[in-house]
This record gives sequence, structure tokens and C-alpha cells, in this order.
Amino acid sequence: MIEGILIGLSTALTLQNILMVMIGCFFGTIIGMLPGLGPMTAIALMIPITYGFDPATGLILMAGVYYGAVFGGSTSSILLNAPGVPGTVATSFDGYPMAQQGKAGKALAIAAWSSFAGGTFSAIYLLFLAPSLSKVSLSFRSPDYFALMILGLTAIAAFSSKGQFLKAMMMVVLGLMLASVGQDSLSDITRFTFDNMNLTDGISFVLVVMATFAMSEALTIILKRNDPTAAAKQVSLTELGSIKINKEDRKKMYKTIPRSSVIGFLIGVLPGAGATIASFLAYGMERNLVNDDEKQNFGKGSVNGLSAPETANNAACSGSFVPMLTLGIPGSGTTAVMLGALLGFGVQPGPRLYMTNPEIFWSIIMSMYIGMVILLILNLPLIPYIARILAVPKNYLIPLILFFSITGIYVMSFNNFDIYLMIGIAVVATFLRLYDFPMPPLILAFVLGGLMEENLRRSLLLSNGSWEFLWDRTLTLCILLTTVFIVIWHIYKTFKKNS
Amino acid sequence: MNINTTKIISLLFFIFSAFYLYTAYQIQVFAFDENAPFNAKTFPIYLGYAGLFFSGLKLILPDPETIRIEHKNLEYKKTVILIIIAIIYGATILKVGYFLTTSFFLFGSYYFLGERRWLLMFLLSFPFVAAFMYLLHGVLDIYLRDPFLKFIGVMG
Repeated sequence: MIEGILIGLSTALTLQNILMVMIGCFFGTIIGMLPGLGPMTAIALMIPITYGFDPATGLILMAGVYYGAVFGGSTSSILLNAPGVPGTVATSFDGYPMAQQGKAGKALAIAAWSSFAGGTFSAIYLLFLAPSLSKVSLSFRSPDYFALMILGLTAIAAFSSKGQFLKAMMMVVLGLMLASVGQDSLSDITRFTFDNMNLTDGISFVLVVMATFAMSEALTIILKRNDPTAAAKQVSLTELGSIKINKEDRKKMYKTIPRSSVIGFLIGVLPGAGATIASFLAYGMERNLVNDDEKQNFGKGSVNGLSAPETANNAACSGSFVPMLTLGIPGSGTTAVMLGALLGFGVQPGPRLYMTNPEIFWSIIMSMYIGMVILLILNLPLIPYIARILAVPKNYLIPLILFFSITGIYVMSFNNFDIYLMIGIAVVATFLRLYDFPMPPLILAFVLGGLMEENLRRSLLLSNGSWEFLWDRTLTLCILLTTVFIVIWHIYKTFKKNS
Repeated sequence: MNINTTKIISLLFFIFSAFYLYTAYQIQVFAFDENAPFNAKTFPIYLGYAGLFFSGLKLILPDPETIRIEHKNLEYKKTVILIIIAIIYGATILKVGYFLTTSFFLFGSYYFLGERRWLLMFLLSFPFVAAFMYLLHGVLDIYLRDPFLKFIGVMG
């Protein structure tokens, strides 16, 4: 492991890669800060640029963007009460009231330090857990992978759907359907191409991500620009107050950060869960653990209430890399986008990644920590300036997002058809978003579609067409039972809520 | 009568799944693969049924959380204009070239979204695209096809 860490450090600490982390964190912060634009959009916009780099550098850039975007999301949560990403919704509960009391600078500083601490703790957990899990996952066979993918898709549908499980499952199926377009991987038979040559190679992953996130996000922003419910009261961006945290507040944070980082990391590791659930759970847990006086302060600008979700959402980001790096199965929409980019580089993540491509595996883990440090150095002194980006007029922002999306597709294929297809998918996605159909399950399903079919094919061929493979192995059965449990639990929860 | 749009979307998805399933059954597989436990149409067939199942459930089950959208608050006109501009951009980018079409696309989009600061609009279109092209083509070595710049001799 020491050797791996050194390889990772030597790769991550090259001038080019440090520069990439810096650029990634900076742009991620800016994009994540803009309400409506989250890490997935930020990473999607970066994909075409990363194709000019080697895989390690490309992924380091994307990891930087990811962390930056999550941090940026907290800034808009605190200053505008408009979370840039769902993972920072809980941040606004106490961050925004604190900002309204004239302590916006302090709130941003608490968020920055908590994010840094959460990220640091989870990078350490990841360092030790990932190689062990890789070894365990070597014993996984096709039926286990198939069951694990079902679990991942069900979990993301259950957790990202705001109580609309069926809508999320429809999106999962739609994602898998889109992934089935093009040549069958084994027999080369074309499917659903309708004799259109442009579809023979299937629909590009970047195209689907750009269309469902970047482009449809931009269209949704224009569509809803006059919606009075979307308008947020704004804290003065020029008078943020001091960014100093006093001794008493630091004391509170010392207790909150370690426990929130553990819960954040563990939730992040679970497929389908992620920063949003982690931050809400950490917030709820913290509220139960603090004394009665502090409890009264929750929702009115509590330091613990701000520190807990911020620590947890960053810890969850690192945690979500565990299933992606060790099993090759992304646990969240964002890591699904990164997995797609990895496959684009010709790198197959999975248990063997850390043996076959140690420089990629370890440099990502190492760069996470470097990213945290850079994020802190970059963001703390720049907070007052970065915050002004929130004032960028949408008239400029929207065309630029569309421009980056279309350029991303154009440089990949030089094909008009792809641009039309992207616009078409974006229009449909925008319409679906209006009615709360979640997009992350679609992306995860699209990325996993090919792998899922391959593992099902192997399992069915090995069992001679019998579905017994689902309960033949204890591991497969356990994973499937977990899936069933999630579905039943979700149905029970919805039923209870409705009644 | 109130029409629940979510139900309409579910119905459309149901029809789409039925069409997908029909097409899946039409996939021509090799003769020796026809009775294999798994062939090129197996997975799509399962997907078709899954689509019918979930959309069917959504159609049948009651929807307590009906989403109501205030259509009068939505900016349909500007959104449609922007989509049309994007389609025109897509249609001309190969023939005219990246620089001109992208610059005009950006300039036009700013204009239709209500921007009138001409200098800023210009700076954020033509020089901005030129700088971006330099970054992609010159620094990152990503090829950008541009017949117009080639014609006037700026690009090799």
C-alpha cells in the first residue's frame, strides 16, 4: 500500500496535476455556486476538455471540479438560501439565518473548514478501505455484479426521487433503453437504430449527460426565470462580515466534525445514497446529540447545525468513490458521470484497477486530499470575491452553458445529428424535470446498461437459462434481499406519508 | 376537468415501452442464437416489460402529490427561441465553421434573452470564442473543423 501511496503522490504532485486540481476546484466552485447547476453539470462540462489529457490527469481535474462544486453549492445556500446542489440543502437551514444576522463571512468560513475536515477524514478512510474492499470484490462473480447493479439502480431511484419512486424507476428503465441503442456487444447485431448509421455505435455518454444535465438545466433556468417561487431573498454580497471563527465555535466544531464525517462517509459508500442523505442525517443526528440550549438554536444559525451537514456532504463525496473505484459500480449520479468518462479513457474501473492502473487509483485518492487543501487555501481568502459571481446575469450564463454543451459534442463527433439528438433529449429532459422526474437515475442506468446486460448474459449462459443464479450464491441473495428491503421500506414510507 | 400531466407522461411512456418491446421482438438474431438462453434481444425484451410495468403502475395507482405548474409563469417563448437558435447553430456549424457560427450563436442568444449591452455582448462572443478556440486547438490540441477560417488562411 505504501508503494501505491507513493505512486499516487508522485502522480498527483506533478505540476500539471496540481494545476488541474486548482483549476478544477476553482471552476467547480463557480459552477456549483450558481443555483441549479450542480457537480454533475460541472463535471459534464469538463469531460470534453479532459479528453486532451491522460486518464489520471483528467480524473484529477474532475475530482477537483466535484469538490469545488459541492463547496460552491454551500455558498449559494448560505448567501441566497438557494442551494446550488441538493447536498447543500441542509446547509441553508442554519447557514442562511447566520448570514441574515450579518455573519455571512463566518458562516462561509465554518462551511469551508467543515468541508475541509470532512474531506480530510474521508480521504483517510478511503485510503485504508478502498484496497481492502478491492480484495474482497475480487471474489464477486457475474450474478453478484448483476444483483449489485440492480441494488444500485433501485437505491438511487429510492433516494433521489423525493417520494416518487415509480417516476425514478421509469427513468431507470429509460436510461437502460437508451443504453441499448446500437450494436450488441457480443453479436454486433444492431438494435433500435432504424437504419440510421449515426446510431450504430450507440448514443454517446457525453451527449446524454450534456443533454440531461447541462443543457436541460439551462433550459429550465430560462423557463422558470419569472417563477416567483424560484426567486430568493439575497444577502448583501458586498458586506459579508468577518471570516474569523472564535474559540467557542471551534470547540463546537471539534465535536461535530468527526462524527459527521463518519456518517457522511458511510452513507456515501452505499450505492444510491450520497451527499444529500448524508447531510440530512448528519444534521438530524447532530440535533439529537447537542445539549438543550444548542438544540433551541438549530434553524436559527447554529454552528453545529451548519458544520454537521457541511462535513457530511464532503465526506460522502469521497465515500461515493469507493464503489466506483473498487467495484466499477458508481454509487451516485456524479460518480456515474465520472465512470463514463473513465470508460471513455479506456480504463475499466473495478477490483483490478488498483493493480493494473495503480497510478490512476492512488493518484485520485491522493489528489482528493490535495484538492481539499487547495479548496481551503483558494476559497477562504477569496470568499468575498467568489461570492460576487452569484450576481452574474442569467442572460450571459445560459448561452455560455449551451455553448459549452454543444461544443462538447461537436469536438467529439463533428456530426450535426449528434447536436440535434442532444437538443431533442434536452427538450424531453427539461419537460420531465418540470414534473419532478429525476435525472440521476437515468444517467446511472445509462452508464450501467452495457455492464448490466453483459453480467446478465454471463449469468444466464452459465446457468443454462435458469434464473436460479439469483439465489444460488449467498452473496447474490444478500444483495437482492437488500434491494427488496429498500423497495419495501420505501413503499411503507410512502404509504405512511400518504395516510 | 383537471388533466394530471404526470399521468399523461406515464401514458406516453407506456406507449413508448410498448413500441420498444415490439421493436425488441423484431430484432433479427443469428439462427444459431435464436434459442440460446441469452441473445441480442433478451435484455431489450425485459426492459420493454419493465417499462410497461412501472408506467402501468404509475397510471393505475393514485397520485396524491399532483404537481401543478403555473404555466403563465413559465417563459415558453424565450425557451423556444433559444432552442431554434441552437438548432440553426447545429445545422450551420459544419458548413460555415466553428468560429463564426458559435460567435453568432452566443451573440444572438444574449440578444434574445434581453441583453442590450452591445460591447459586453461582443466581447463575450467573438473574442471569447477566438480565445476558447485557441485553448482547444492551440493548447489542448483538440481538432476543430473550420472551413471559414481555413478559407481566409487563419487556420491550417
